[in-house]
Amino acid sequence: MEQGDAQLVAALRAGDEETFRSLVRSWNGPLLRVAQIFVPSRAVAEEVVQETWLRVLGALDKFEGRSSLKTWVFRILVNTAKTRGQREGRLLPFSALNDPARIPEPAVEPGRFRPEDDPRYPGGWSAPPPELPEERLVAAETRAVIGRAIAALPATQAAVISLRDVEGWSSEEVCNALDLTEVNQRVLLHRARARVRQALEQYLTPQIA
Amino acid sequence: MIDTEPTSCQELVELVTDYLEGALGPGDLRRFEEHLAVCAGCERYLEQLRATIRISGTLTVDDLSPDAERTLLGAFRDWASASTV
Repeated sequence: MEQGDAQLVAALRAGDEETFRSLVRSWNGPLLRVAQIFVPSRAVAEEVVQETWLRVLGALDKFEGRSSLKTWVFRILVNTAKTRGQREGRLLPFSALNDPARIPEPAVEPGRFRPEDDPRYPGGWSAPPPELPEERLVAAETRAVIGRAIAALPATQAAVISLRDVEGWSSEEVCNALDLTEVNQRVLLHRARARVRQALEQYLTPQIA
Repeated sequence: MIDTEPTSCQELVELVTDYLEGALGPGDLRRFEEHLAVCAGCERYLEQLRATIRISGTLTVDDLSPDAERTLLGAFRDWASASTV
């Protein structure tokens, strides 16, 4: 078992509330995002997260450290959320997670490029991204726009971009937690970032987009 | 953008994540960087994606509600006392 995990597990087994509280707090956002891939509402996702922690405690003695503690907890969450999603009659977005490239989705609207048969610049920008005013990029309002754009993404994309860009997880951690291939993780991240950039552009330069 | 460029802008925007993730092969990477060096539109696109990532990293995540935290801590206490008995 990895050393940090071994310490965490030992502290939990010893009944250390602070350790438990800090784990529960710091993983709450990501757990909720991932749960929302499988269940229809935020309220149900919150229940799934609660249930996950109870299961984690129940199974902690069986944790052997073959994966990281984080991966293990997220696997339990995914299983819990899938079961709950089925009960709620939610169709699982298997293809969205396992084969996202099957449904093509361009990063930038095709109409913003010159056509393939353009004599000079086939596939070149016809409407390139406008300059975004730097001082507005750092405004609190702009952050709120990005937060809303992430929340409006398809749930799988929202989960991947939240873990990677909001939480700062590595691609490996995200692949492990969601049981995704590297390629599919990149496809989902790519689409999520493209949509969020689009939202940012639309907000900062509404006359163009 | 120059007309001898093998990577078009439309292709480049689809490679941006692979580029940032270090997942481009050597040939694609060279074409990507050559295109970027001469194309203001794509340079700006990449810049904006980087800004998007940067700002995303400053967002705060969903806090656990005090109720939920209380419930979980209660469960933890029960669990801890049951397992030490």
